[in-house]
Amino acid sequence: MSDWKFMLRQLAKNPLSLAGLIILFIFVILAIFAPLIAPAPEGHTDPYRIPRDGYSAEPQPPDEEHIFGTTEGQYDIFYGVIWGTRSAFNVGLVVIGSVLVIGIVLGSLAGYFGGAIDEVIMRITDIFLAFPALILAMAIVAALGPSLRSVMIALITVSWPSYARLIRGDILQVREEDYIEASRGVGASNFRVIMRHALPNAIYPTLVMASLDIGAVVLAAAALSFLGLGPPEGYADWGQLTSFARTWIVGPSQAPLKYWYAVTIPGLFILFFVLGWNLLGDAFRDILDPRLARR
Amino acid sequence: MELRSYIIRRLLLVVPVLFGVTIFIFGITMLFSPIERASLYVTDARMMTNIPAIIEMYGLDQPFYVQYGNWMSEVLSGNLGWSTVAGMPVWDAIWHFLPTTLELAIFATPLIILLGIFFGTKAAARKDRPIDHGTRVAAILGWSLPTFFLGLVLLMIFYGALRGLLPPSRLSIPMELLVNSAEFTRYTHINTIDAILNLNGRVLLDALRHLILPVVTLTVVQMAFIMRLMRSSMLESLGRGYVLTARAKGLSERVVVNKHARRNALIPVITVSGYLFAAIVNGVVITETIFNFKGVGWWAWQSAVRLDIASVLGFALFNAVLFVLVNLVVDILYTRVDPRVRLGGTMQ
Repeated sequence: MSDWKFMLRQLAKNPLSLAGLIILFIFVILAIFAPLIAPAPEGHTDPYRIPRDGYSAEPQPPDEEHIFGTTEGQYDIFYGVIWGTRSAFNVGLVVIGSVLVIGIVLGSLAGYFGGAIDEVIMRITDIFLAFPALILAMAIVAALGPSLRSVMIALITVSWPSYARLIRGDILQVREEDYIEASRGVGASNFRVIMRHALPNAIYPTLVMASLDIGAVVLAAAALSFLGLGPPEGYADWGQLTSFARTWIVGPSQAPLKYWYAVTIPGLFILFFVLGWNLLGDAFRDILDPRLARR
Repeated sequence: MELRSYIIRRLLLVVPVLFGVTIFIFGITMLFSPIERASLYVTDARMMTNIPAIIEMYGLDQPFYVQYGNWMSEVLSGNLGWSTVAGMPVWDAIWHFLPTTLELAIFATPLIILLGIFFGTKAAARKDRPIDHGTRVAAILGWSLPTFFLGLVLLMIFYGALRGLLPPSRLSIPMELLVNSAEFTRYTHINTIDAILNLNGRVLLDALRHLILPVVTLTVVQMAFIMRLMRSSMLESLGRGYVLTARAKGLSERVVVNKHARRNALIPVITVSGYLFAAIVNGVVITETIFNFKGVGWWAWQSAVRLDIASVLGFALFNAVLFVLVNLVVDILYTRVDPRVRLGGTMQ
C-alpha cells in the first residue's frame, strides 16, 4: 500500500511526529516490561496494587530504596508510575476498541441503509452529545459507584456517538460509488457489501485518528481518577497518584518545594503519554487533510 | 427557506433531544432503589426523615412511565430534588454556586478566544516560520497538559515557592468577611463586579489576585484548540481568490491578513463556540476543585465524590439543557454571520 509508505515517510520527515513515535515507543517498552522494571515484592498478590512502605502520611523524598520517593500513605511512586503505564494502555485500548466496534456497527448501519434507521441512530447520538462529556462521565461513574470499570463504561458512553457519526459520514461518501452498485448488482448481501466494499474503502482515516485518541481517553480517565472517581485507593494509576499529592503541594515555610516529586513525577508521566499521541495526531491531521497538504 | 421557519424547525428539533436527555437521566436514576431515589423529589431536609411517605407520594414503586411522568412534572416545576452537599434544593444550589463560576468564565472566555485568534492568525500568516512552529508546539503541549497537573504546578510555584503570592480560594479571609458585612452590597455575587459597584479597590485587587491562577489554567488548556482551528481556517482563507485580488490591488500585507483573510476565517471559530462552552464547563470542574473555588464545578465534584446523586444528575440535566440552547443560538447566529449558508435543502 503506497498510501501507508507515504504516511510513514511523512511521519519520519517531521521532527515533531518522530518525537511522538519515540515517546510512545518508550511507554510501550515500560508497559511490556513492567514486571521486570518494577518487580512486585514477594507475597504480593495483585501486581496493580502499589506496595506501601509504612502508613505515615508525609511523602518521603527519593532514596535508594524508592528511587522516585513515596507519596502520601507511603505508596512507592516508581512502582506506581511504571504499572500505571500498563493501566493507561489498558484503559485506552479497551475504551477505544469498544467505541470503535460500537461506532462501526451503528455508523455503517446508519450510513448504508439511511432512512428511518439512520434517523433513529442519529437522534440517539444527539442525546449523548447534548452533555458536556466530563459532566456526563462524572454522573455515570457516581451512579455506578467509583471503580476502574465504571470509568471505562463512562468513557465509552460519552465517546461512541462522535465515532458513529464520523463512520456514518465515511460510509455515506462511498455509498453511491459504482463499485458498491456493481457488487449489489451481482447479488452480494448487504452484510458482504458493507464488510468487503464500503468499510474498507471508507474508514481508514477515521480508524487512524481514532487510535490516536487513546491519549485523550487516558487524559479523561486520569481526570476522573484525580477527582476521586477512579479505581480504589492504592491501584497503580497516574491520576490517583497525582491526587495523593494534593495536600502536599506546598511544603513547610523553610522549604516550600519539599514535596515536588509527589506531584511532578506522576503528572509528567501523564503529560508525556498524552503528548506522544498528540504529536503523532497533529502530523496525521496534516497528512490526511488534503486542503493543507497541497500547501 | 426563510429565517423564521428555519428557527422554528430548529426549535422543533430540540424537543426530541431534550425528551431523550430526560429519559436517559431518569434511566440512570432507576439504577437506584426507591429509598435512595427519594432525595430526587424532596425540597426540604425535614422530609428526608420520612422516606416511606415520599415513596408513596411520588409513586416510586409504580411502573417506569408513571414514575417518569411524576418526575418530569416535578422537574418542569423547577424541583430537581435535594442536594445534601449544599444543604438546599438542587435548583437553588445551582443558582447559589453559579456566580462564582461565571466570574471565572467572564475572564477566561474572552482570553481563550482573543488569544487563540491572535496567535492562530500570526501562525498562518507566517507559515513555517519560527512563530508557526512555536505556536504549534505550544498548542500541542497545552492540549496534552492535564488541567489538574497544570493547576497543581502553578500552585506549587506561585503559592508555595513565591510565598503565597497567588493564593487559592476566592478571597482572603479579611476580604471574605468584609464582602459579607453590612457595608458591602452584593449585587451580583460576582466579586469583581460587586467590588467595582461598591467602589472598593481592596476587594477588587484581592479578587483579581485569586483569579489569576484559575483563569490562566483554564486559558492555557483550552486556547490550544482555537489557535489550531484559526490557523487552518486562515490558511484556507489566504489561498482564496479574494486574497489574491486584495494583494494584486497593492494593499499592504497587514490589511490583507487582518481584514480580508481573517474576517472570513473567523466563521469556523464561531461554529465551535458550542464546543468551547462544553470544554469550559469540563475545565471548570477540575479548575475549581484544585483552586478551592466554590462554584458549580466544585459543587458537582463534591456531589459526585459523596454520591449525592440528585445533585449530580440535576447538574447534568441543567448542563445538557444549557448546551442544547447554546448550540441552537450558535446555529442561528451562523446563518446571520455567513450569508453563503443556505437554509433548508438537504443535509450533506
